[in-house]
Amino acid sequence: MTPSTIEIRPTADDARIARLAAAAIVLAVAEAAIPLPLPGVKPGLANIVILIVLLRWGWQDAVWVALLRVFAGSLLLGQFFAPGFFLALAGSLTSLIALGAAVHLPRHWFGPVSLSIIAAFAHIGGQLVLARVWLVPHDGVFYLVPVFALAATVFGLVNGLIAAHLLREMTPPSSG
Amino acid sequence: MTSLQRLARWWPLIRPGDVLTLILALSFCGASAAALWRGGAPDKVVVRAGGELFAEVPLSRAQSIEVPGPLGVTVIEIEPGRARVAEDPGPRQYCVRQGWLTRSGAAAICAPNQVSLMLSGGRNQYDSLNY
Repeated sequence: MTPSTIEIRPTADDARIARLAAAAIVLAVAEAAIPLPLPGVKPGLANIVILIVLLRWGWQDAVWVALLRVFAGSLLLGQFFAPGFFLALAGSLTSLIALGAAVHLPRHWFGPVSLSIIAAFAHIGGQLVLARVWLVPHDGVFYLVPVFALAATVFGLVNGLIAAHLLREMTPPSSG
Repeated sequence: MTSLQRLARWWPLIRPGDVLTLILALSFCGASAAALWRGGAPDKVVVRAGGELFAEVPLSRAQSIEVPGPLGVTVIEIEPGRARVAEDPGPRQYCVRQGWLTRSGAAAICAPNQVSLMLSGGRNQYDSLNY
């Protein structure tokens, strides 16, 4: 066998991001099996991982993990380039932008719960704007805003609490 | 450990600003629901007899209206926020069985007696006939 001329040597950072992204993807795929009454209302369990990555390793890693989750998760679910993929991508990007800003809030006052709720709201915001512009070009989509907002509040709170709990339980940061 | 104690263990994870964020999020939910979902609230009743406008009554106080038609008298009952056809001489009683109408655009039609009742006002999104 001809030895490959291309050599990719993954760094420890790559391995860590891959591991965390795998955790997020597993949660996203598991969540897809939960029957839910309304399309678009999902617990967003993968965001627990994103929050932990953000608070532990910083925003850049969180962007990597979030985008890997969107791409790999949609490939696994057969959603790649389907409307749901673009909605997930839009939601992910807006919530990453919001998290990038919100992470600078004073950490003593605003914990993972705040970040989680802010990210959840940014997520539905991005999705609704894309849905309004592209999928349902009618203001009727905004009729569901209160439902999505309530879901974002509840799931944002729960995910934030779980992330805060896991961060407390975790061992001190290591690069491995 | 009781479930209440178990729940209380989560409390230290919430920081003061988180409570603020939560309150803001919940008030956004309430405000958006109030702003977006109140559009369907009707504020008046339009009663027609034989195709002509018979009465236009505000939906704010209770009263009943007697509308004469070819078969007899149709009685329309109005209460704050809702209205119905209470009695009708028609043979099939469809308009009576519809019960209370509460949404803007909702209509009850007593075709045999040529009387119709429709709620209007608020933001009229669609009428129940065309929809």
